[in-house]
Amino acid sequence: MSTVAAPPAALTSEELQRYSRHLILPEVGPEGQLKLKRAKVLLVGTGGLGAPMALYLSAAGVGTLGLVDFDVVDRSNLQRQVIHGTGDIGRKKIDSAAATINEINPNVRVVKHEVALSSENALDILKDYDIVADGTDNFPTRYLVNDACVLLHKPNVYGSIFRFEGQASVFAVEDGPCYRCLYPDPPPPGVVPSCAEGGVLGILPGVIGLIQATEVVKLILGQGEPLKGRLLLYDALAMRFRELKLRKNPECPVCGLHPTVTKLIDYHQFCGVPKQTEVPQVASGDISPVEVKARLDRGDDFQLIDVREVFEHQICNIPQAKLIPLGELPKRLNEIDPAREVVVHCKMGGRSAKAADLLRANGFTRVLNMTGGILAWSDKVDPTVPKY
Amino acid sequence: MAKVLIPTPLRAHAGGQKEVEVPGATVGEILAALTAQFGDLRQQLFTDEGRLRTFVNVYLNDEDVRYLDRDKTPAAQGDTLSIVPSIAGGVR
Repeated sequence: MSTVAAPPAALTSEELQRYSRHLILPEVGPEGQLKLKRAKVLLVGTGGLGAPMALYLSAAGVGTLGLVDFDVVDRSNLQRQVIHGTGDIGRKKIDSAAATINEINPNVRVVKHEVALSSENALDILKDYDIVADGTDNFPTRYLVNDACVLLHKPNVYGSIFRFEGQASVFAVEDGPCYRCLYPDPPPPGVVPSCAEGGVLGILPGVIGLIQATEVVKLILGQGEPLKGRLLLYDALAMRFRELKLRKNPECPVCGLHPTVTKLIDYHQFCGVPKQTEVPQVASGDISPVEVKARLDRGDDFQLIDVREVFEHQICNIPQAKLIPLGELPKRLNEIDPAREVVVHCKMGGRSAKAADLLRANGFTRVLNMTGGILAWSDKVDPTVPKY
Repeated sequence: MAKVLIPTPLRAHAGGQKEVEVPGATVGEILAALTAQFGDLRQQLFTDEGRLRTFVNVYLNDEDVRYLDRDKTPAAQGDTLSIVPSIAGGVR
């Protein structure tokens, strides 16, 4: 891979000037700055967590920054993914991020990995880096990054966020624990909402991402106490940091005494979720937004149920749909006629799939889930329906 | 009596509260009292067999109860029990 380059022997005069506030710190100094310049850090994701990391690590003078992302900048990203701007909407995140990094610090070499990290490519991508910073938004990639880091003996600087709360830690260093020591198994799909479903305060990934960036720099410099064996919890609403002890689990399947995971596995299967890149299959029990529209236009007899929250319904809705938020559904089953066909929808199709299961478990025999939710409705049926 | 900290994703199942004071002399008793008060939490925290779910960790003060005496771990007056489930957010 092209990341292999001769290590720089010295700082240029431009760099001496640029990093002067580092150079006068005894903990960094010219020697530490050279360590930063020689360092190769891989950022998995250039979104909420990756954006602040990339900004500050490039400003700090990390010599090589690898970026893994295959997504495109969307307007709804800009509330928190501060490495991208309004003019970048529609652009590949990896290109937008690289341009911003080069503007901040042209000394940084950006290596673009425009792929979805997978069991097939992860070891090959990670092997050339010193440190991996995990800014992923999904459990399959999180476990993949963890296992790959353990297998390759690379520190895994971890961060995760939800609404107003964040977690951070440093995994897979020396005798430290890994993510599987903390959580041996992922939650079943749909149990833990994603940011797209649960929302996130835009500033939150800034705080957590910069904690990750701080840990990356400390690891490179060999200074201070790494956030190893400790889980840092941050609550933005309470403005409180707490710390919990993390232990290396001797029975950990990947970093324990008798590991059973000695190579990368199928993480989508492990987490019970379909691959992100796969086009969702139309399963029996699914119905497309276009077909729902056709049935509405024909005046077919069925009940359309929106299982989103009230505030989401206020943002946009399908007028013919009846709102029963998923959490209230078990208590409001009597509002749905089991003798008539039921079509459920939500924002993206995840919650409505759970609603469909719940209805079927309660004796509703004719239940269909509208695939892709109201976002797909906006794409395929009615573009005047705002996306959020 | 112990203070139980409810994380954001589970607050909807605990009447929207972030902290709940519940009686109990052990971690198991405290969690039993908590799920007796909030029935919806039981399914979130425990499997059908009554085992703590593997993506939910419970800490007595700053120690993971898996490395103490699990549900038999004694809890003193004024201790804090934290429920910390895995969260997924980051990129999108």
